[in-house]
This record gives sequence, C-alpha cells and structure tokens, in this order.
Amino acid sequence: MDIVVCVKRVPLTEEVDLVIDAQKKGVKKDQLAFVLNDWDNYAVEEAILLKEKHGGTVTAITIGNEDDEEVLRRCLAMGADRAVRVEVGDVSRFDSFGIAKILARVVKDLPHDLVFAGVLADDDNCGMVGMLTAEELNLNHSCMVTAMELVDGKVRTTSELEGGLGEVSVVDLPALLTIQTGINEPRYVSILGIRKAAKKELKVMDLTEIGISDEELAPRAIIEEVYLPPQTEGAQILTGDTDKIASDFVEILTKKGVMG
Amino acid sequence: MSEIFVVVEHRLGEIRDITFEMLWKAGELADKLSYSVTAVLLGHEVSGMAEKLSDRADQIVICDDERVKNFNADFHKEIIAGLIEEAKPPLILIGSTSWGMELAPCLAIKTGLPLATDCTDILTEDGKLVAQRQMYSGKIFANVSFAESTGCIISIRSGVFSKDKIGDRQAQTARKDFPLADVKPTKQFVEYVETAAGDVDITQAELLVSVGRGIGEEENIALMKELAEALNGVVSCSRPIVDKNWLPKFLQVGTSGKSVSPKVYIAIGISGAFQHMAGTSGAGTIIAVNKDPKAPIFRTAHYGIVDDLFKIVPVLKDKVLEAKKVKKPWTLN
Repeated sequence: MDIVVCVKRVPLTEEVDLVIDAQKKGVKKDQLAFVLNDWDNYAVEEAILLKEKHGGTVTAITIGNEDDEEVLRRCLAMGADRAVRVEVGDVSRFDSFGIAKILARVVKDLPHDLVFAGVLADDDNCGMVGMLTAEELNLNHSCMVTAMELVDGKVRTTSELEGGLGEVSVVDLPALLTIQTGINEPRYVSILGIRKAAKKELKVMDLTEIGISDEELAPRAIIEEVYLPPQTEGAQILTGDTDKIASDFVEILTKKGVMG
Repeated sequence: MSEIFVVVEHRLGEIRDITFEMLWKAGELADKLSYSVTAVLLGHEVSGMAEKLSDRADQIVICDDERVKNFNADFHKEIIAGLIEEAKPPLILIGSTSWGMELAPCLAIKTGLPLATDCTDILTEDGKLVAQRQMYSGKIFANVSFAESTGCIISIRSGVFSKDKIGDRQAQTARKDFPLADVKPTKQFVEYVETAAGDVDITQAELLVSVGRGIGEEENIALMKELAEALNGVVSCSRPIVDKNWLPKFLQVGTSGKSVSPKVYIAIGISGAFQHMAGTSGAGTIIAVNKDPKAPIFRTAHYGIVDDLFKIVPVLKDKVLEAKKVKKPWTLN
C-alpha cells in the first residue's frame, strides 16, 4: 500500500492579532509561529496507521520554500518514509488550482494506491486542493473522511455530512481521500524524533524539473483585497473585577430565567 | 437571457436549507443584473421538490435518474457540466456543504471555470462578479475576482443568506435526459449512518455550558461540568473536543453536530468558527468566555467575558451557588 500525503505549513493564528500586509493581499507573517496544518496532521497519521497495518510506503509532499521543510521533517518523524518539497519560493502566489496542478504532476510519478489531503487548510480555508488534485489526476475520490478501512482491494470510507450524519461509500483504488479531523489521534513527535528523522530522504524539486510553466499556474480566482472583518456591535463585554463580572453574569442568567 | 444556475441540494427527499439560501441570493443578483434564475435539480422522482422551488426560480431543469437519487459527484459533475456547456451561465452556485465541497472542484476542473469556495457574499463591481470570503477562520475577509471566463462557480456558506423567497417568479420546468450510460461511478453509495447517537439530548437543554479548545486539557472538563451542574445545565462542546475524544460526538454543537436552542448558551474557550456558530443560531442568549478579545465568537455572542477561564469559571460557579442559596428561602418550589 503506497500512500502519498499532501501537507502544508500554516501560521498559528488563534489568539493572535493578524496584520494586513502593505499590498492588502495577505497578512504579515514574520511574527507568526508556523505548524503543520491540523487536517494534514490527521492525514499523515492515517497514512502511517495504514502502513503499519498493511505495509508499503508513505511519502509526504509540500510546496513552498526551505522554511516549509519543517513540516516534512515532522512527517518523517511521525513515520513517513520519504518527503518531497517543490521549491516555488513564496507559495502564496498560487491559488488552489495552481497548487493542485503541481501536486498532480508530482504524485503522478510516485507510486500511489492512496493519496491523502487534509479537508481544509487553516490559512486560506479554501478546502479544494484535495479534490482539484483528484480531478487533475483523474483519481477516484471520497471527501471529508472520518473513518476508513481497506476491504477487498477497495477502500470503504465514511464521509462526514451535516447534522451528525455519515455517508458510507466504497471506492476503487487508486483513490484520493480528503481527511477530516478526528479520524484518529495523531502521535506525539519529539524534538529527538525529528532529529533522528533527519537521515530520511527529503527530495527537493523545482518547477522546471516537474515540467510545469508559470503560465499553467496562473490563478483562476484572484484575491483583490483582504481586510479585517467589518466592525459589528458584537458582544457586550462584562467589565470590572472578577467579583463584579460574576455578579453581572448571575444577573443576566436570572433575567433570562435560567437560575431555577 | 443569461442564467444563474443554482444546484439544488437535497437529502432523503428533503430540500436542504442551503438551496433556498442560494435561490435568495441568485434572485437578488438576477433582479440587479437582469439575469434569470435556473434551479438545477438532479434526483429521482423529484416532482414534489420541484413544486417547492417553483416560486423561487424562473426555470427548473430536472434530470430524473435513479443513479442520482443519492448525491454522486461523478454523475453530478457530468450532468451539470453538460448543462453549463449548453447554457453558458455566467454564475453557478453550489452549497459549500459536504457534498458541495466534493462537487464544486470536480466541476471546476471538468468545465475549466474558476471557483471560489465558501463565500459569504457576492458583490458586483463594474458588472463583474466579486466573491467575498473569509480566511484564517474568519479573522480576515477577502474579496476575490475571477480570471476571464464564460462564467464562474461560487460555493456558498450555509446560513448567510435568507431562506425567504425574493421577487415574483413562476418557474418553467424542463426535463433533460443525459446519456449517463458510459459514466462509470468510482464511488458506490452504501448507506447513511448516524454518527452522533447518544443518551443525552443537548437539543432539548434550556442551558448549555459548551466547552472548546481553549480549555486546554481534558481534566479541565470537570470544572466546566461543575459550572453546568450549579446551573442545572448540560455540558456540550465544539468540534476539537470531540476530535480529541474528550467528549462524545452527541454533545457536539455545530454543522457536523447538533443545532441547539437553549435559553442561554455559555461558550467557554470556544473561538467561534462559523461551523460551530451555525449550530447556535437558535440560542436565546450567548455568553462567551474567552481570553482572546479578538476571538470571532465575540462578534455573535450577546455578552462576553474576556479573561483566563480557569480564573473566572470557579468564581462564576461560586457566585451561582451563592445566589441560589440566598434565593432558596423565598422560593416555594
């Protein structure tokens, strides 16, 4: 079972004040900490679990610059066998269509029974790279997978629908699955583990090597401007010391008739 | 007349709300741009559904085939791409739902059209369409335009537009037959399963104490349970808590969990991603406790407490217990 996992390095933005960059096309990233995209973390774990059960290989791919390699090192430490980085400089110049084209071109030349991608990336929240890549490769697919198992050379998946409903499907291999959070419990990775994994193969390719021109990567959806959310009235913030806040809290609950 | 396509989403014989929301936006844009609205309805024995759409679209195109009784991205893609080829609509709307997230990219590759996903509005600037969407879980908004093309696909976030009808419309219905024989589905539907069954029904609770990622560690749930108990409320949670297996799925509020309608919803350590907030629209009053004053939840909550929740929650609990003690002698029941 050869599995390819597509991963992305994204900034941590919870409890962070984001600042719009001068071109108003994105946010300033120099002060941000970066991590492996949450969804991708689950995707890598799922690939490794499958490998542990059925044998085979796990290859992690990312697109970006040298800094983005840190997420590949993490994947290798988790148990991936090798990693590929496509050097493109700043990855944010491509839209999802461009990313999917590059991924498709790389995956095509790698052995793959299964290709995993996270449902969504924590930065642009587009949620389409996985499916675009599947279509570029003409691969069978299943989306938002929360459970999967291999049955008679096929993959049986549960896709998450709304309202607590799951859709069970059987998909022929090779296939691309987009992986939803919660499908497993991603393993812990230690600094030592990452150091040990440094010996594993990490291949760097550029777009010329892949044979893809900038023209083919022209964005279809163009960000004209990014901006902070317009001010809304929002919540009435309770102020004062904790005792005053707690008294106000109780008063609200009393008014709303839930104090019994 | 140019048409706006709205891909009708339905499940188990019911039209889903997102369909009406898209038809509302399509109607508004159609009136502004002198377009017409076409509802694209794929399914099997769907005349009842078509009826429900008849005053919300100018045309309904029905593709009735047993193979599209349940959603299937492969079949949907082929049929809708064929319709797009024929009508060349400048705008195609698809729900940004589980199914839409699968269909929209497939359709974009098949037709070569540009796509913007999970959009919260569609604006017109000099006759051009601009989609508004969010990034970084709602902390940043973006306006997106489209590369030169015959049309564009925009997937629409659930719950952002009205479900009401807009304008006076009486739909013409057309049935289309498509040669699906040579399309081989790569995915076989097996069944729907209930993934959120359990013995506590949070949809019936009058007061919910809902916990999110901000509680940090599993053992901190105990403290939140104490607050819930003091208030005779029920504990619920957001997705990350279920993903970590700290609480069962049947306690999850949100798009993929339950929609709740308590009198009071106390959200603790929940950032307020739209997928979560979508499940709280029925709540009477939302009180959010979060240490990040920029957390999106403060945009929709009625009251907010910006503080370290481990510091404030014990005080809230004590105050509640104290108030109940004081109150008791004067209450008869």
